[in-house]
Amino acid sequence: MRITQHPILNFDRGKEINFTFNGQPMKGYEGETIAAALHAAGVKVLAKSLEKHRPRGFYCAIGNCASCQMIVDGEPNVRTCITLLREGMTVETQEGKGRIE
Amino acid sequence: MMREVELLIIGSGPAGLCAAISAASSGAKVLILERSFKPGGQLIKQTHMFFGSERQYASHRGVDIAGILLKKVAEYGGQIEIMLNATAVGFYEDNVITVLKDEKEYFKIKAQSIICATGAYEKSLAFPNNDLPGIYGAGAVQTLMNVYGIRPGNRVLMVGAGNIGVIVSYQLMQAGIQVVAVLDAAPRIGAYLVHASKLARMGVPILTSHTVKEAIGTDCLEAAVVCELDEKFQPIPGTEKRYDVDVMCISVGLSPLNELLAMRGVEMKYVGQLSGYVPLRTETCETSIPGIFVAGDASGIEEASSAMAEGYLAGLCAAAKLGHVPADFAQRKEEYLKQLEDLRSGPVGDRIRAGMKISQL
Amino acid sequence: MFEKTGVATREMVMTKFPPLERINRGPVAVVECYQKIPCNPCQTACPTGAIQIGDDINEIPRRDEAVCTGCGLCVAKCPGLSIMIVDGSKSAETVEFRIPYEFLPLPEAGEKVVGLDRAGQPVCEAKVIKVMNPPAFDRTPVVTLEVERKYLYDFRNFRREA
Repeated sequence: MRITQHPILNFDRGKEINFTFNGQPMKGYEGETIAAALHAAGVKVLAKSLEKHRPRGFYCAIGNCASCQMIVDGEPNVRTCITLLREGMTVETQEGKGRIE
Repeated sequence: MMREVELLIIGSGPAGLCAAISAASSGAKVLILERSFKPGGQLIKQTHMFFGSERQYASHRGVDIAGILLKKVAEYGGQIEIMLNATAVGFYEDNVITVLKDEKEYFKIKAQSIICATGAYEKSLAFPNNDLPGIYGAGAVQTLMNVYGIRPGNRVLMVGAGNIGVIVSYQLMQAGIQVVAVLDAAPRIGAYLVHASKLARMGVPILTSHTVKEAIGTDCLEAAVVCELDEKFQPIPGTEKRYDVDVMCISVGLSPLNELLAMRGVEMKYVGQLSGYVPLRTETCETSIPGIFVAGDASGIEEASSAMAEGYLAGLCAAAKLGHVPADFAQRKEEYLKQLEDLRSGPVGDRIRAGMKISQL
Repeated sequence: MFEKTGVATREMVMTKFPPLERINRGPVAVVECYQKIPCNPCQTACPTGAIQIGDDINEIPRRDEAVCTGCGLCVAKCPGLSIMIVDGSKSAETVEFRIPYEFLPLPEAGEKVVGLDRAGQPVCEAKVIKVMNPPAFDRTPVVTLEVERKYLYDFRNFRREA
């Protein structure tokens, strides 16, 4: 899913970042958001909706619409479309509202 | 903790950056708040050449214009600070702005003057299953593709034939992704027709008077059913067509993002021509509350070229009110107003001019 | 029709072409800009003053075929990629086009490609003569192609064979 050749842009990807998605090891690159790295790995379903538990992906990619909220390092409601990947991050699908322990 | 600043600019897109450059060149000290981890707003994903004239960097690509503006900002090193990952979340009567930084620090900023350059967000469209993953804002897909270098999918249906819809379609093709069609409910293409022609000669059909009837898929988008509309925008039975696509881009317009101004109590009005609620303002971008300015899409949806000219104007006038009146003030003000007039004077500016009239203080 | 499809009609296209005698004398710009929009880089780019918009940047560009040298500097500068150069001076059977092409992979000189019309439909064969992509063009390469004369008013784009 990654673009390697582009007529206008050069994608200088940073160093590899390891993280987990629902317990599975994943790789992304430094400078990438969580949602972008997941999409590159083919993961489009990021959350389940509050009432009907319908699958949710990102929508706006500017941190405005709340469609991409996930549980990151145990914290719910993280806007993954504007949150950068960090080494060792644990990322989980969020079901409904999410709870703060 | 309360930080005090002379001029606070919210947003580092084309309007915010130009406002900062303009105010700093007059001698003001500026703090820019940017909620993203990168400055430049939506310029950073615009790979196409911009319209306008030399004064708005026409013929340069948006992504390169971000670079040009940020270089200028850097030249005012001591005078302009950009604070990243900083979201303005509240705007109170004593001109105190509350800020959430890095999702954990929460503090106040008190500013003598404020320019709201918060931009816009993409509208959604109502149809069954419009919440399926794979259905994204066209601008969001542009970010994924042009900022991160990630393909949104393999086959795309573009909904909306305005400038963003046709430009993003072209950019999808540049990234090697197939665009099966571009639809628009309107009977005419809203985009600049040169953009539409670029796409048409690539063999992409542009279907005016068409809309999405429903999206199909279980976990993700698998197909879309579209249909034709009559002159009253009603679906014509029997015209349904199915496209097997894994991505649908929604590009049905933007809404101004200016809740902060409404919270502060600035006089607002719904102006259809400017695509939503906008603050009333003077010719020099000042709202109903003295010292509070607005520039760019937050004041009504237009092109980035106008956002830059408005930014320069708002920055100049905000700084002047703070006592930083440069020797060439009148000349610069005249120049920015002339740029805006030029950009809005043609037939595609009809709507904007009408909207400006209604929202003028 | 144009406003519904983005495909200019033959009548509209003909208004932008100079007379055949001019095309046969040597390269000349065809500026396919039909709508008043605020934009003037073509005027700024033109070294001979052949493309004029005037003070109101919303005016439609006018190209003076007597002054235009067909240098092509406007081709990569037009944000709408609406300009091409046509040259009928090379041969009696063919005509050369210089068109912008912002896709990868770029074609190579000598390559045969599929000539497309304004609706993206295949109309003819085209032969790539040259590909120019200097830094001054800022990532809008300009491709010179040779096409049979009868497609002068149809040819507008190309695609490489799969």
